Amino acid sequence: MNRIENAFKNKPIFMPYFPLGYPDSATSIDVIEALAKNGADLIEVGLSFSDPLADGPVIQQATQVALEQGITIKKSLEAVKELRKRGVDIPLILMGYYNPMLAYGLEKFVRDAKEAGADGFIIPDLPIEESDEFIRATGQSPLPLIPMLAPTSSPDRMEKIARNAKGFIYLVSVTGITGERKTISAGLSDLIADVRKHTNIPVCVGFGIGTPEQAKEVGQMADGVIVGTACVRTIGTSQTPVETAKQFASQFRSALNESKK
Amino acid sequence: MTLLNPKFGNYGGQFVPETLMPALIELEEAFVKAKTDVEFQKEFNKLMASFVGRPTPLTYAKRLSEKLGGAQIYLKREDLAHTGAHKINNALGQALLVKRMGKKRIVAETGAGQHGVASATVAALLGLECVVYMGSVDIARQEPNVFRMKLLGAEVKPVNSGTQTLKDAINEAIRDWVTNVRDTHYLLGSALGPHPYPTIVREFQSVIGTEAREQILLEVGRLPDTVIACVGGGSNAIGVFSGFVDDEGVELIGVEAGGSGIDSGKHAARFGDATKARVGVIHGTRTYVLQDEDGQIAETHSVSAGLDYAAVGPEHAMLRDNERAFYTSATDAEALNGFHTLCHTEGIIPALESSHAIAEVIKRAPTMKKDQVILVNLSGRGDKDLNTVLKEMGNSE
Repeated sequence: MNRIENAFKNKPIFMPYFPLGYPDSATSIDVIEALAKNGADLIEVGLSFSDPLADGPVIQQATQVALEQGITIKKSLEAVKELRKRGVDIPLILMGYYNPMLAYGLEKFVRDAKEAGADGFIIPDLPIEESDEFIRATGQSPLPLIPMLAPTSSPDRMEKIARNAKGFIYLVSVTGITGERKTISAGLSDLIADVRKHTNIPVCVGFGIGTPEQAKEVGQMADGVIVGTACVRTIGTSQTPVETAKQFASQFRSALNESKK
Repeated sequence: MTLLNPKFGNYGGQFVPETLMPALIELEEAFVKAKTDVEFQKEFNKLMASFVGRPTPLTYAKRLSEKLGGAQIYLKREDLAHTGAHKINNALGQALLVKRMGKKRIVAETGAGQHGVASATVAALLGLECVVYMGSVDIARQEPNVFRMKLLGAEVKPVNSGTQTLKDAINEAIRDWVTNVRDTHYLLGSALGPHPYPTIVREFQSVIGTEAREQILLEVGRLPDTVIACVGGGSNAIGVFSGFVDDEGVELIGVEAGGSGIDSGKHAARFGDATKARVGVIHGTRTYVLQDEDGQIAETHSVSAGLDYAAVGPEHAMLRDNERAFYTSATDAEALNGFHTLCHTEGIIPALESSHAIAEVIKRAPTMKKDQVILVNLSGRGDKDLNTVLKEMGNSE
């Protein structure tokens, strides 16, 4: 059983996002380790890009800091290797925009990511129309490219994307960019039900979930809850980021344990 | 599956978040229907004449031709279109599509402000809400256009992220669009972005080439030897090129922003700098992109805000690869010289963007024979640039 399948034994799973290199390289590795060892079931490890067009101000600013700190794809992959060395054994999914991967070389990127211990990829600016090239580059034993679905996806697209999905589905809960919202979108349970018509693969919900209460609410409907902006903001503004990461992960994990009941 | 080919050779495509894909599909459908719809064409053509003031004239640049002592130079006067630049052609076309799609709000990016003004103008004309994103650096250097947009009822939102120029304005416009996509259209102003934008923008700008071809045949009795246009994203260039691309004997020249010189690293010459420009993906399209080794988009520089952008339209990338068009660059200094030269010899104040094309004319015309003909697309007028030029003159004195 691979790491991703294994992680979903503990549904609904908690999936925080945190960018490597923020607020600096060493701290980001410590933070991700702390998240992993205190309740995160899977982590979206952020690769920074100068023009993150699907992200709100918090993640824009954090990834900008990471770039100013000198983060690169190469250093990010080394950090993943370091996390594995430290005994982090949950799935680590690399989340980043397409251009830095192209610049690194797709085949080399996928090979090095696998070697470093990554489990898959999320690429927000690579819709199904453009993903063949990347999937070809993943070769024989492919790490999954996690597909995204949105509230605007038509039934046709939803079916096509869900049927071919591997790993899990990243369901964007709101029409918009990353960032916390006051309430969970009213149509979410219908949206999840629509996706489930086409697939048995886990459905995880992201964008807009910022509090343990919201996570609990979404956890009652979805197989996993993705928390990006709130995670980056809370840990990024803390004087003791590693401690804050521990608390953050355990709070969300407890809230999701509640939603099982 | 798209209705139209989303690629230009290896370039183009649709590299956008899933949330936007349905909007691109809807836009393509609306565009394909409109293309063959007599009513749409009638309305578009009518407004192009009665509102935009088309056809724009072709002007023989007699004194400039004499001064340079070579080829005869003709100017396609997009500076005389309503709002002072070619941008209105595409803005009007897309705004009519917006009405058909039943959307009520448009967002636009702008660099020099010309596309922002054109968008604000068509929004006022057709009763649409309009928000224009503009980098703070550009707001400072194109102040008159900011005021014009506001007068026309648009909201101008300053963009303080990244390099605070066109690239960042596009990011913000896309973020707004992702958030409000159900009732909002992104009125993209250049031959850039995800399919179908590069095709739509070319189609609405092709009026430049179509008119210019007829006009020069009427005036000179033959096709030009060379067509020259400046290239930022490349909408004015693709518009004028489209009229001549099938005429094999006509040389097509695109002029990028050479900034402080290619060697200085401070420029926006995507085709001119092999060390920094590689094929990549930015703002939804695969094309030549100025970037660092790690794939981060590079900062660019140009005296003209409209050319100050790290990527070039995907169709230009194809035309360059298949050598149907050639691309060169003009530095800030050369463009300023072109600006002053046209002012003095022809009584026309060109936009700093268009001045890059004039700079190439100044280099090229003297090497050509007197019976040869250059057509240059004068994409916009320079009123918006007077502050910049004044400052540059101060610096050089």
